[in-house]
Amino acid sequence: MVRRIIVLSISILTLLTLVFAGGCSKQDNTDSASKSGETINLGAVLDISGSSSSLGIPERDTLRMLADQLNAKGGINGRQVKLTILDNKSEETEGVLAVKRLIDQENVVAIIGSSASGTSLAMVDTVQKEGVPLISLATNSKIVEPVSERKWVFKMAQSDELIANSMIKYAKSKGIQKTAILYMNNAYGDGGQKALNQAAADNGISVVLLDKFEATDKDMSAQLAKIKNSDAQAVMVWAIPPSASIVTRNYREIALNIPMIHSHGIANQNFLDLAGDAANGIEFPVGKIVVAAQLPDNDPQKQVLMSYTTDFTAKYNTPPSTFGGHAWDAFYMLVNAINESGTDRAKIRDSLEKTKNFVGISGVFNMSETNHNGLDDSCMAMVNVTDSKWVLIK
Amino acid sequence: MPRESLKYLLIAAASIGFVILPFVLESNYLLSILIIIGIYTLVVEGLGVLMGYAGQVSFGQAAFFGIGAYAVAILTTRYSWGTIPAFLAAIVLPALVAAVIGRPTLKLKEHYLALATLAIGILVHIFFNEGGELTGGPSGLTGIPYLKIGGLVFDQDYKFYYLIGVFVLLVFLGVRNLDRSRIGRSLRAIRDSEVAAEANGINSAALKLKAFVFSAFLAGLGGGIYAYYITFISPAPFNFNMSIQFVIMAVIGGLGTIWGPLLGVSLMVALGEVLRWLVPLFIPNAGGEYQIIFYGLILVLTMIFKPEGLSTGWRKKTVSDSEEQEQKKENLTVSIRR
Amino acid sequence: MHVNLYLQFLISGLTLGSIYALIALAIVTIYNITGILNMAQGEFVALGALTACTFYSAGFSLPASFLISVVIIAIVGALIERLAINPVRNASSITLIIITIGLSIIIRGLALLIWGTNPYSLPAFTQGGPLQVFGAAINPQSIWVFGLLIVTVTGLFVFMEKTYWGKAVRACVINRMAAKLMGINPDILSLMAFVISGALGAAAGVFITPITLATYDMGFALGLKGFVAAIIGGINNVGGAIIGGLLLGVLEVFGAGLISSGLKDAIALIVLIIVLLFRPQGIIGVVIGRKV
Repeated sequence: MVRRIIVLSISILTLLTLVFAGGCSKQDNTDSASKSGETINLGAVLDISGSSSSLGIPERDTLRMLADQLNAKGGINGRQVKLTILDNKSEETEGVLAVKRLIDQENVVAIIGSSASGTSLAMVDTVQKEGVPLISLATNSKIVEPVSERKWVFKMAQSDELIANSMIKYAKSKGIQKTAILYMNNAYGDGGQKALNQAAADNGISVVLLDKFEATDKDMSAQLAKIKNSDAQAVMVWAIPPSASIVTRNYREIALNIPMIHSHGIANQNFLDLAGDAANGIEFPVGKIVVAAQLPDNDPQKQVLMSYTTDFTAKYNTPPSTFGGHAWDAFYMLVNAINESGTDRAKIRDSLEKTKNFVGISGVFNMSETNHNGLDDSCMAMVNVTDSKWVLIK
Repeated sequence: MPRESLKYLLIAAASIGFVILPFVLESNYLLSILIIIGIYTLVVEGLGVLMGYAGQVSFGQAAFFGIGAYAVAILTTRYSWGTIPAFLAAIVLPALVAAVIGRPTLKLKEHYLALATLAIGILVHIFFNEGGELTGGPSGLTGIPYLKIGGLVFDQDYKFYYLIGVFVLLVFLGVRNLDRSRIGRSLRAIRDSEVAAEANGINSAALKLKAFVFSAFLAGLGGGIYAYYITFISPAPFNFNMSIQFVIMAVIGGLGTIWGPLLGVSLMVALGEVLRWLVPLFIPNAGGEYQIIFYGLILVLTMIFKPEGLSTGWRKKTVSDSEEQEQKKENLTVSIRR
Repeated sequence: MHVNLYLQFLISGLTLGSIYALIALAIVTIYNITGILNMAQGEFVALGALTACTFYSAGFSLPASFLISVVIIAIVGALIERLAINPVRNASSITLIIITIGLSIIIRGLALLIWGTNPYSLPAFTQGGPLQVFGAAINPQSIWVFGLLIVTVTGLFVFMEKTYWGKAVRACVINRMAAKLMGINPDILSLMAFVISGALGAAAGVFITPITLATYDMGFALGLKGFVAAIIGGINNVGGAIIGGLLLGVLEVFGAGLISSGLKDAIALIVLIIVLLFRPQGIIGVVIGRKV
């Protein structure tokens, strides 16, 4: 028994040593590096595997591409950028460990991440305590509010409120007064549902039915049948595929003859592939990246959108997504801040807060002391699915 | 006695190492790994008693872990409780829940019990999701205050490190005493043969219940500390997968031992961290999926080649045992055929 | 009042229920032959569905993809039995459950590596819109799933009642030791059980994909529901699995429709716990038992 314990202790010590050694050796690198003004250490914690990996993977690809591009062009003020990307496996505890690793071991000046709201919220306390700027790519407005308790945290993705507003205002413009809301029962759907209810109340639209489904559910006919029996004039859905695709198919099957307005969660090719013909006629608000080519030339974001689309498509052979766009925004906003104020964490934070008229992929950002997201309504476009393609509604 | 002295030497070295470690490491990252190991060890230690001593399995341990965490989060943010009363509630509440549901559940045998605890675990997770304002729904609760004991505010990693260290030590001593006590012997007797234990005057149902409540108590303790440490909780970390991870840690370390849980947890957590930066060095596009496969493989291989765990003995698979199973199944079939 | 609403609930419930029943059938088959609760059953379904999607998109016809997938997953089942189950045949049932959990983790991880997180789809077996019955819609694919259920049950019945191996299985269920003494080799039966449940899982996966889509992680939720169905119906009999599955599906949809969508899984689990506590042999156990 004692022998076994010894053997095991040794094996665990070896493992821990590996962890520590891995950490320490890198620490040495970064110490010497940051002194001599060679590399600038940036970190990212993304949901690369696990339940939110469809967000994290395009974000990782975008960040890698941008870091390579930047370094090829000579980096920031002649200093190369070293970007460390860690996977939090879509788990909150793992996210906390990863962010601490970046701060202590990689000695980063700022951190980008995470991809999802839960994993982002879990990291907030750590960066607040350590005083490291964090740029989240997730939607939940709690990530940056109240700003007084989120001094170090910024957010790139459009808030749920913004998207809900676009959906409700669009419905209102179509003369809809009573709507039903269906949402996916997780943090994403819950945030959306709250925002939709608020936006509906603000715009004098009554919500006659509020219902939800699980992300793993295979059939939503029951919920849709209830809506069919109500006097709703439209149904708003807040979900991502595959459940968003299933609900759209069910909607056609039970012949629910009122408009279906989705959230931005369906803005990927996968939704179209899975929902097939059922998707035609669906309307939803989306970041402009999805319809970049259809935008009028005078759109302020057009140029940025087109160049990102071209680069990403050339490198990865697939069109970029809104999620990758959030990573683009975070990366360049950070690069601008470092360009302006150097590598001091506090100065980077101040500089991020002062960002004005930053033309990014998700919109034109105007940060302030009271707003750490900095986007407004104009960043969304309403899109219609026609012949399994996205068509901008002008 | 070279063995004994070696043991004491190890313990002495370990305690000195424990105290000076934060000063040597000077890294919150490494400390936070140790803190997470400590928190999980509390939970797995309880599960180890339940599985290793009482011979019962729980696939719902994350639920008790979650009840502890949610008790702290809800009481401090929604009802402005002090941090110590909330912490006590985090320990007591899961134990109470376990006592209530344990009585009927523990009457079930083997896989039926496994399924019942699994169902309860998922039910509690659904409650976290559906709790509306109370639990914050799927978005969770933010703004959990730091734990305050007297004038001491636990807002730094090294403070948590010592706190969790003390708790782990206390739990070790508790389990060690249990191991050598009448209760420990009785539990082992139940594990080996419930019928024989009953025949010798052991009230097996009451003892199994105690073990179950004890495991929930420790899970709640771990959960409470977790909530104070992360200061944000959502339902996600308390799902079925976490329950399974706890079982894996317990099984790999070895059931019915004091050190097993610590070994199992350390192995799994350290492995996770090593793989996190090691794997992308070799396979740039890899994420956690390799790790998942790895965990699964470790689990299956351990169960096949060393079902007693990597440290020491679990259930002996004696002849009488498998015969007993045959007999049970026969009875079941017969009763159904009737 | 809302007759067509309730009819819609019933139809959706039976669709879901037949999916659960198919999985429950496979679980019950393995359990009765080997005494193992196979927690990886849901993963067989996911693997089957994904494999068929891959072959279909590679240009194979739908029936060919179906057959290939069933054969491959049956082989996977056999491999699993030989490599992971057979070596520990006599271990305690908890050890075996943990092994199947480990297997499900491995399979899910591999599926994630191979197929990624994106959902896949197959076309419906028959084209055409939903059938309208008294104002309720029936997805034609549901009828296919229901058909598979009937074919499977009939097949299992014929196998059990008419063939030598079926009789061997029944003998094994009644008394394994006696069956062994009579020269029945439980080793081969165990292998057969895993082959059958692999094939059955794959078949179910392919049939449901046009309705549910296929994702690498679909197996867990489906497997769990299959278990609940099997336990509600009574883990010892095939009829129970089917009734348990259908009942669970109907209960779930009515729960979602009339009580709360968020609590519908809770309703199923509460039923499971009640059944475990008061009727561990399953609600159908007694009824069927008397008949025999």
